[in-house]
Amino acid sequence: MNSSNNVSSFAQRHADYISRLLIASLLTLMLVSINMTVSYASELDYKLVAEPVGKGTYVFIGSTKYFSRKNGGNIANAAYIVTNGGVIVIDTGSSYLYGKQMREYIESTTGLSIIKVFNTHHHPDHFLGNQAFKDVSIASLQEIVNTITTQGEALNNNLYLLVGDWMKETEAYPPTEVVTPGIITIGGHKIEIIALDGHTDSDMTIYDHTTGVLFAGDLIFHNRTPAVANANIKNWLESISKLQKLDYKYLVAGHGPVTTDERAIIQTREYLSWLHDTLQSALDSGLDVSEAIQLTVPDRFKELDILHEEYKRGVLQLYPGMEQAYFE
Amino acid sequence: MKNLMLNKLKIVNCIIVFNLCFMLSINAVYSQTLVDPLDGPTWKTVHKMMLANEKVVFDDRVKVVVPDMAEDPMNVPVSVKVEGIGEIEEIRVFADLNPIQKILNFYPGKIEPFIAFRFKVQQSTPVRAAARTKDGVWHVGGQWLDATGGGCTAPSVGRSLANWTETLGNVKSRLWSRADKPDRLRFRIMHPMDTGLAPGIPEFYIETLELKDNHGELLAHIESYQPVSENPFFSVDLESKKFQGIILSGRDNNGNLINQVLQ
Repeated sequence: MNSSNNVSSFAQRHADYISRLLIASLLTLMLVSINMTVSYASELDYKLVAEPVGKGTYVFIGSTKYFSRKNGGNIANAAYIVTNGGVIVIDTGSSYLYGKQMREYIESTTGLSIIKVFNTHHHPDHFLGNQAFKDVSIASLQEIVNTITTQGEALNNNLYLLVGDWMKETEAYPPTEVVTPGIITIGGHKIEIIALDGHTDSDMTIYDHTTGVLFAGDLIFHNRTPAVANANIKNWLESISKLQKLDYKYLVAGHGPVTTDERAIIQTREYLSWLHDTLQSALDSGLDVSEAIQLTVPDRFKELDILHEEYKRGVLQLYPGMEQAYFE
Repeated sequence: MKNLMLNKLKIVNCIIVFNLCFMLSINAVYSQTLVDPLDGPTWKTVHKMMLANEKVVFDDRVKVVVPDMAEDPMNVPVSVKVEGIGEIEEIRVFADLNPIQKILNFYPGKIEPFIAFRFKVQQSTPVRAAARTKDGVWHVGGQWLDATGGGCTAPSVGRSLANWTETLGNVKSRLWSRADKPDRLRFRIMHPMDTGLAPGIPEFYIETLELKDNHGELLAHIESYQPVSENPFFSVDLESKKFQGIILSGRDNNGNLINQVLQ
């Protein structure tokens, strides 16, 4: 009773607008400063933990969402193979910090040194950790090396805008060694380099004959809507057919969980075929981009994470190019 | 002492609640009249600059569609469709926080009050369309667009190609007859549409476009401004059977003419 009396008399005494405004702004300042302390006090940490895949292969499974300040860009899978001669790393994550933390984890859990790093393609969530491996040979196909060299910094800048502080000190560091398709032996493992395309102009798939693990890169998405920013869907579908013929025990997708069956391959193929046909028929019926982004995505794709968001992004990325071709 | 602290806390809480109620009540009164649903920070100025402070109502029958996020800031698709308000004399499309706010004015005349095209954006901004009815009232609809920026101050892509002058003003078009709705006409005009904000490149853009029938009668009229994307791509809706052939004519700010029969 006493307190409520206090409250009402206090409120009455200060009922004029200016004091309310003053108090409100003070409160806002307090809240802002509390927020700032909280966000700056916490150390950025990806908290990486690798999941074993069969014997001697490990995968850091990233989020199946889009880039955000919350996930720090950790949305893709990176992997490593433990061999007698040392560790082979496949993709290095989205930032210098990711690369450093990944390397610390690998070296402290295996006690071995890293002998080779591969980049599967030029997208920033797969190669921006390269900086942490400057003393190791980082290998990729010629075209991927070229694209990272020419576009890497622009992709890096864009990621600063999307995920902020996590990117601190990150620079685009291109691969230092060019590999050609074929089988090479590293640390006793027979590693096959397969050159494909479709997700980008050049996608490198790695097949470890020794363990039967297929590292499909972003040619395969699992429970996550395929990203099509630089895609050529026809070529991509052809590449998927080639992957399907390989006799793998485990398939490590570029995004989403590891599988032993064909589910991820089927998901990716079905979505891409549907996207291609849908956009083509939208174009054939005279729709503008802003109308195409409003089309409904069928329920059968609901297993794919960020479905509607990525569909819209996909339309914005692919449709203008299709229109130009249509009007030539 | 502890009690006093507790009381103080309660007082502060009460003030917060009081403040919130106060602010909400203001909003509640205004939203029935003129409060900007997008809460654009510069709406007052934009209202003055774009609509000369004329009478405005916020009206969701003016449907503006932009993506949530500008994937390519040089090419943000936007469509404006007005339904159920009656005859529309003019539609103005603008982006509050763009360095050049004015994007396009569309006088639908004898065709449908629908237009879709692409524009350049420099930062996150409300994107709005204001449709003027015969009584002079502007019906305003819009949507926020999220963008990381850079669309207006970057040179056009075609500038890097040696032959852009050869294709300048070329038009490609296509008409779709549609059974259940008005026919769709889409046309693309080759033009750099330079904003004048990229270093060393003066503004160079299409100013007017007219759609006429083959008797020269005006069907619709577009005034376009610097933010319309390079090689602009327009979609409009019309009853094509009503017209004998459609001609597109126009002019850019350097006096280059556009003239083409659309099929």
